Amino acid sequence: MSTNTISISDFPAYRPVTLRLHDWVTTVDHKRLGILYILYSLFFLVIGGIEATIMRIQLIRPHNDFVSPEVFNRMFTMHGTTMIFFVAMPLVFGFANYLVPLMIGARDMAFPRLNAFSFWMTALGGVFLYFSFLGGDGLYGGGGAPDVGWFAYAPLTARTFSVGHSADFWVLSLLSSGIGSIGTAINIITTILCMRCPGMTLGKMPLLAWLNLTMGGLVVLAVSPLTAAQLMLLVDRYLGGHFFDTQAGGSAVIWMHFFWIFGHPEVYVLAIPAFAFASEIIPVFSRKAIFGYRVMVLATIAIGFISMSVWAHHMFTVGMSSGANMFFVLSTMAIAVPTGIKNFNWLATMWGGKIRFATPMLFCVAFLFQFLIGGLTGVTLAVAPFDWNLSNSYYLVAHFHYVIVGAILFATFGAFYYWFPKASGKMYNETLGKLHFWLFLIGFHLTFDFMHIPGLLGMPRRIYTYEPGRGWEIWNVIVTIGVFFQAAGILVFVFNLTWSYFRGQVAGNDPWDAWTLEWSTSSPPPEYNYAVVPAVRSRRPLWDLKHPEDPDWRYE
Amino acid sequence: MSALSVTLAENNIDWHLPSRGRVGMYCLIAAEAAIFTIFVVAYVFYIGKSTSGPQPKDVLKAPIFYTICLLASSLTIHLAVRKMAAGNLAAFARWWLLTIVLGGTFLLGTAREWVNLIYRDGLTISTNLFGTTYYSLVGLHAFHVTVGLLALTVVAVFYFAGRLGQKHAERLEVLSMYWHFVDAVWVVVFTVVYVIGV
Repeated sequence: MSTNTISISDFPAYRPVTLRLHDWVTTVDHKRLGILYILYSLFFLVIGGIEATIMRIQLIRPHNDFVSPEVFNRMFTMHGTTMIFFVAMPLVFGFANYLVPLMIGARDMAFPRLNAFSFWMTALGGVFLYFSFLGGDGLYGGGGAPDVGWFAYAPLTARTFSVGHSADFWVLSLLSSGIGSIGTAINIITTILCMRCPGMTLGKMPLLAWLNLTMGGLVVLAVSPLTAAQLMLLVDRYLGGHFFDTQAGGSAVIWMHFFWIFGHPEVYVLAIPAFAFASEIIPVFSRKAIFGYRVMVLATIAIGFISMSVWAHHMFTVGMSSGANMFFVLSTMAIAVPTGIKNFNWLATMWGGKIRFATPMLFCVAFLFQFLIGGLTGVTLAVAPFDWNLSNSYYLVAHFHYVIVGAILFATFGAFYYWFPKASGKMYNETLGKLHFWLFLIGFHLTFDFMHIPGLLGMPRRIYTYEPGRGWEIWNVIVTIGVFFQAAGILVFVFNLTWSYFRGQVAGNDPWDAWTLEWSTSSPPPEYNYAVVPAVRSRRPLWDLKHPEDPDWRYE
Repeated sequence: MSALSVTLAENNIDWHLPSRGRVGMYCLIAAEAAIFTIFVVAYVFYIGKSTSGPQPKDVLKAPIFYTICLLASSLTIHLAVRKMAAGNLAAFARWWLLTIVLGGTFLLGTAREWVNLIYRDGLTISTNLFGTTYYSLVGLHAFHVTVGLLALTVVAVFYFAGRLGQKHAERLEVLSMYWHFVDAVWVVVFTVVYVIGV
């Protein structure tokens, strides 16, 4: 044990539970806030998963009456809203919060109090959303949870069609979590630009920092329009405004534009951090430096830019001019180029490497395959005439779940296993990790591969039941069976991390023989991260340290 | 081994990073600009689409004087910050208070305009589409002026409490960036509402 690091565990002074809880509630430490974000999103992952399960049980056979149509509408609205805003976003921010300062050698985020504020705003959003189950009734008795779909097209949200407060809770929930998101994004950008340790020029940052910088920029530019649209909806609902009121000359289509101006960059807000995980994990488990660092950075920025000009591909069926259709078809297809470049770069990183198939790497390999397939079905849907036939069918549902679950969630699971030893100081159980991987992989493919087929056969999304004899039955059965494999996988995952946290083997500082700064401090890192501010000369400072005879900075 | 220490051979490298306050404020401005963009787009898209009166050309009159006040306040806050950076606190206070007065005058102008519109012309946020978009856009801007004025006032309070000094010059500059942004937004709002929209 060297002497210049003092870890919290060196002072095992007893603190009562109430005080420890108080520490967590009042914390401004980026690592604790990161963990709060992640625990919060895991909680909602279970809730959103239960909602998905309820829908799948309802759809397992024709004319099922497991839930009523009203409840079904609430389930798909709550499932979508929860998974995007209270699972995916907090996961993204949680990992960014935890990792970015450590990886750039900083003491904390640029604005620690803003960080805490942002987290609690996000948390408040989740409370708003779920309070709607109790408070949505309002005085009119017309409520319950929101049932307008996660993109809440006008005029469903008008007072006439959403009496009570269900839509109001939806608006407040997205408004407050949106403010939290913008706050955190500002914090992430500022941290990366202004808190890097000496020597870490922009070109020497870990790719994760670059990707999170792009993600932050997207959040600033994309979540703000959503906030604006929510303000307009509040004006409509509370002050009698007419923004989306077609009776008074307002437009329902402009809500769609405003929502998707947020909605499509949002996909990349979630995907880019997943790319970041893959870009850190794949090199370490292939024992090679990332292939084409500069091209990766450029491709990321290109994705960020292009993603802001593709939104109306969600609206081909609304009826736009052929010029607009053409533009959004081409821009959507163009985004496949930088994403394709990334895929090739990850493959080239693995090519010729000494690959270790530990759990994080397994998830990343699956991510590569599934992201490719999800991306390709995305290209098919980008073709407007194809989209006219299959938009809002289960083909579309299968496509975006392929990206969000198959790519983003898989890479995030990889990140969980990769950084769990750093955050907890304990090693997870590799056997259970692999069990989780295979259960989830089988469940994922059962559900989402086969979900394309009823979509191609004409099954629309958001129907609460269907007629027998359309050839949809067997596919729906398979899709629902897959859900239970995924749920089993999640249970194994939660059990593994919980059990390992208490009983796991001590991981040590650097269990993966990795190269980025966070592995140089103790596990878990002390509150101050680094006793001595690190200074770096290359993109892989720990490689330089471990291989003084052949350091990276000679070649970069 | 609990701590690898990663250090350079030449440890005292020349290392400068941009100021946190400025970068953070630029990001906030970008986010706010995106919000205003959506409101401006909605306003422009809905010009002439109101199904009932009053219409903009019947009731709107360009607030030239108040606009000059707001634009002038950008100049005064700039001078105030420069005086502070130079350590001239008395001059700083004069320009700063003048900024507050100018900003307050602008808000007063908005308030008078709204009172006239509501009581004389019968235009509220729920009257028609024009009312909805007008009060939302101008109101969003007025809200930002109000927030700015509160921040400026807090600084003034610190000044009179004797807690403000030259070392705060950079923070004041960050605040002045916000104020300049609010002014710039008014140029856009003015153009859209009082020039294009009537």
